[in-house]
Amino acid sequence: MTASSERPRTLAEKVWDDHLVKQGEDGTPDLIYIDLHLVHEVTSPQAFDGLRMAGRPVRRPDLTIATEDHNTPTLDIDKPIADLTSRTQIETLRRNAAEFGIRLHSLGDKEQGIVHVVGPQLGLTMPGITVVCGDSHTSTHGAFGAMAFGIGTSEVEHVLATQTLPLKPFKTMAINVEGTLRPGVTAKDIILAVIAKIGTGGGQGYVLEYRGSAIRALSMDGRMTICNMSIEAGARAGMVAPDETTFAYLKGRAHAPEGADWDAAVEYWKTLPSDEGAEFDAEVFIDADALEPFVTWGTNPGQGVSLSERVPDPAAIDDQHERAAAERALEYMDLRPGVPLKEIKVDAVFMGSCTNSRIEDLRAFASIVAGKQKAEGVRVMVVPGSARVRLEAEAEGLDKVFEAFGAEWRFAGCSMCLGMNPDQLAPGERCASTSNRNFEGRQGKGGRTHLVSPLVAAATAIRGTLSSPWDLEQAVTEVEAK
Amino acid sequence: MEKISTVTGVAVPLRRSNVDTDQIIPAVFLKRVTKTGFDDALFHGWRQDPEFILNQPAYRGASVLVAGPDFGTGSSREHAVWALRDFGFQVVISSRFGDIFRGNAGKQGLLAALVAYEDIERIWEVIEAEPGMPVTVDLVDRTVSAGELTVSFEIDDYTRWRLLEGLDDIGLTLREEEAIAEFEQHRAAWRPTTLPIREPAEAGN
Repeated sequence: MTASSERPRTLAEKVWDDHLVKQGEDGTPDLIYIDLHLVHEVTSPQAFDGLRMAGRPVRRPDLTIATEDHNTPTLDIDKPIADLTSRTQIETLRRNAAEFGIRLHSLGDKEQGIVHVVGPQLGLTMPGITVVCGDSHTSTHGAFGAMAFGIGTSEVEHVLATQTLPLKPFKTMAINVEGTLRPGVTAKDIILAVIAKIGTGGGQGYVLEYRGSAIRALSMDGRMTICNMSIEAGARAGMVAPDETTFAYLKGRAHAPEGADWDAAVEYWKTLPSDEGAEFDAEVFIDADALEPFVTWGTNPGQGVSLSERVPDPAAIDDQHERAAAERALEYMDLRPGVPLKEIKVDAVFMGSCTNSRIEDLRAFASIVAGKQKAEGVRVMVVPGSARVRLEAEAEGLDKVFEAFGAEWRFAGCSMCLGMNPDQLAPGERCASTSNRNFEGRQGKGGRTHLVSPLVAAATAIRGTLSSPWDLEQAVTEVEAK
Repeated sequence: MEKISTVTGVAVPLRRSNVDTDQIIPAVFLKRVTKTGFDDALFHGWRQDPEFILNQPAYRGASVLVAGPDFGTGSSREHAVWALRDFGFQVVISSRFGDIFRGNAGKQGLLAALVAYEDIERIWEVIEAEPGMPVTVDLVDRTVSAGELTVSFEIDDYTRWRLLEGLDDIGLTLREEEAIAEFEQHRAAWRPTTLPIREPAEAGN
């Protein structure tokens, strides 16, 4: 650890400083210690193969945990996986975990699920630690005040072998969200608004710190939704300073510290928030009072507007590259400028992904659809983030609510967020999705994605057109009462 | 990573420019779960032609590839380096490389030697006059020798040092093993460990 400097520091700088194994000199990178390495089946096989070729062990199996998520089916999970490539990747992970002594939660296990849901749920993700995973949405874990970011396969191998990474320091950006969200407006709407404001490249080279009264008021699940999509603004990581909400979430979880360790941890965690007067390299301000339910209309997560608006006209965009991108996006999305977003009909609703598949997300969705019927012809899929979330939801009877509504209740995994398993859109199908990427073909070749919150997904599933919970008078009253 | 100081072996003249990584290894081979065994995938499209230079018996067992300018452009796929290495190449010579390819090569112990284009032509003439003749690439002196001909090549000092020492990024970091172990000694007890497995309380959330 370095001696605490006189200069006021940000949360990100504090976590960085406390993980310096060796400071870089003459332009060489710093060597940063990694507290927690999450592993899944898609980006790890070549990393393990590299270790095998070099005859290297995994340095710290006790700081490493693996699960199966990207390729896993969400139906018939007790049967062999039909897709050969998927099956091979999963079988390879199982072999590698056994050979290198790594804890693995396989399909069918109670702790299996999306890697970014599993870590926090087990109490492994905590304030002031460094977390990496061969997946760009590792930024999720920053919600706890951890420094968490995605890495490539060569770096996965590097962390397995050394438990460190050579890294150059990031710049810091404060995202200040002040005010109070109106009922029906959620964490997802905040982050979609942030990305629309700073753009998909706006966060490049930065660690984002989400601050302000609207962030403080969010639950951990909401904070995770926000940090999760930091990567969609181009940032490698996003963070929220730990507070009583963080501590309350962690206390009593399987791998959270206990007894004297807990007390020592909390004492340290309370020193982490950015110091008064700490300087950020950039600042952004968002007015929470003014936010409305948000939706994307294009093919990158920055192409979003309030749901009450109309499909934008590319001709009105000044920047020629953005204008060209908007024209291409509207063509792919089969949308005309000026059409009210609420008139757009959907074929499918996907409720899931590492952005929005935690128990609170499912409760929010259920609160809107309870006692209702889905719109005719709309396919609704609800995919919990982990096997444990599925169990919790069933214990609360949410599965019955979904099934009575006409939705499919699935097993845990990444599912239709990226369509590596059979959960895909057909060409031309339009989907309101609680996931994180609306790229061309992301949810299936030719599929069209509108990114939304769980509440908007629910309202849309009821009406069959992109809809805000504000369009359902009774539902809003219920949410307000919660 | 194996240390490299000199490589002596059969050199193949690849008289083509702009060999992008899609040509080196087509995307269809990226689904594999291994980092080895890509030798069959190397130049897969071109190797369907029996006349292709790598299919000629004189060049069997080659370890040095002498290519035209702009070798390894395009997609960042590390598989391109893996395929060249698996096929048996230890050195690729060109007058210009794709940036990412050159970086990937250095990480995987493949020597990417930058030789002036007029010297590449001279090497081609020599090795085509006597197919299968051995050439020597000397990383210490930064030279390529074929018969009577000796030309120099460029490589950045940092990559050269790592190749001479046989150090990959991981090897380099492991030189700090003591510092890492020292850091671990002071790692606070509250920080997370995944093992031994602790069972969650079953009382829900």
